[in-house]
Amino acid sequence: MPDFIVQWLNTHDVFTATTMLHYWDGLVTTVQLVFLSLVIGLVLSVPLAILRTVRNPFVSGPVWLYTYMFRGTPLLIQLYIIYYGIAQIQGIQQTFWWEIFKDPFYPALLAFVLNTAAYTTEIIRGALEATPHGEVEAAKAYGMSWFMRTRRIILPSAARRALQAYSNEVIFMLHASAIASVVTIVDLTGAARDIYSRFYAPFDAFIAVALMYMALTFSIIFVFRHLEKRMLRHLKPLS
Amino acid sequence: MKKLIVAATCALAVMTGSVQAKEWKDIRIAFDVPYEPFEYKKPDGSLTGFEVELAEAMCKELQANCDFVIQSWDGMIPGLLARKFDAIMSSMSITPERQEKVLFSEPYYNTPGGWFAKNDETTDPTDMDAMKGKIVGVQRGTTMDTYVTENMSGVVEIKRYTTADDMVLDLEGERLDMVFVDYPVGEQTLLNRDGFHEIGQPVKLGEGVGVAMRKRDQDLAEQINKALTKLKNDGTYDTIMKKYFTYDVKM
Repeated sequence: MPDFIVQWLNTHDVFTATTMLHYWDGLVTTVQLVFLSLVIGLVLSVPLAILRTVRNPFVSGPVWLYTYMFRGTPLLIQLYIIYYGIAQIQGIQQTFWWEIFKDPFYPALLAFVLNTAAYTTEIIRGALEATPHGEVEAAKAYGMSWFMRTRRIILPSAARRALQAYSNEVIFMLHASAIASVVTIVDLTGAARDIYSRFYAPFDAFIAVALMYMALTFSIIFVFRHLEKRMLRHLKPLS
Repeated sequence: MKKLIVAATCALAVMTGSVQAKEWKDIRIAFDVPYEPFEYKKPDGSLTGFEVELAEAMCKELQANCDFVIQSWDGMIPGLLARKFDAIMSSMSITPERQEKVLFSEPYYNTPGGWFAKNDETTDPTDMDAMKGKIVGVQRGTTMDTYVTENMSGVVEIKRYTTADDMVLDLEGERLDMVFVDYPVGEQTLLNRDGFHEIGQPVKLGEGVGVAMRKRDQDLAEQINKALTKLKNDGTYDTIMKKYFTYDVKM
């Protein structure tokens, strides 16, 4: 940070240069955590959603069970089970897995990925099942194979229908990521809690962090509005 | 006429204010339980512990009617400021940051911070070279947190926890190399069990623990200070302390 900003910040009671750096680190962690979980979750959920629509119950059953379990329990509990549960497994500290799970970031990432993938799977499944029959029949009439019509017709069409529901999921995920702070991750909320307990200024600490979450939320809304304009242009009223 | 009314109202306000200031017949004191041996519940549900008994003795001295309120730690200072109670006697250490918000009495006890680790960890916490890269757990917002943050950040990696239980769990699971906690807490949760020991020396930290009150209640603070001094000098304090501690916490 430039000197004059540091000097100006240090005239404050709560929002000193150290505090602002702490918030910045928290912001970076939150963005990393949410972005990675959303990307991995989305990549996982597309094949899962396709499997979920298969008629054979031995294929769709396990996916149904997975989404049912992860949507039926609070994310906080999932995080606790993964973070503390793994550390309780006998002998895990001696295996290479511990290198990954020792750090709180990866257990949290795992919990978030599994959670968001479950929700996204159901969102995409809904969109897949709502594909108009005519589109599928037309694809078949052109002699497209299952793979080709899924790739060319069904998935793009479903993506359009899923977009709005998915933007909600992204925002929920950002807000849900606040619970990462309970497993010692210093994300935005973790930083706010540190600052709160250091200065006993709950209003200052949490209002500042709420504004940062709000800025992130509005950026996400902005991006999705842009995407909607592009992808759903054919649905726009003419006048 | 208007001026007269204003003046009269002001005078009345001052008078009732001063009358109210002398009357501290009902004091509501907040504790966060359980925090053995300072405050905890007996099997029959009644409150007991070092600070509870001290509070009882203090109220007797003040000839006040005391009400004990249970309040969780996070809401302590906000609850005091919102007048849910008048005083906090729940092991609240005196810090400059807290003094911005509340008024403290003279300190009435001080416990050191202790370093605890698994038996195979024997690093001396004062040896900064050996401590490099170690992961240290502290409870967020405690004097131990402040000490480690100010003296060792950059040397060790600090993890902050809300509860001591979570921290112990992570020490057990080897996510932490050592913890730096209030000595009685470490004694309670770690030394009682196999596989953990104390490393280095206990560190005396901070200005001790005081009764926290709202800043405007100067008169209450004066009375409480007088009562505490009396208890410390007439032996009542020592009797209560010996019931709960094997070491000296008097201040």
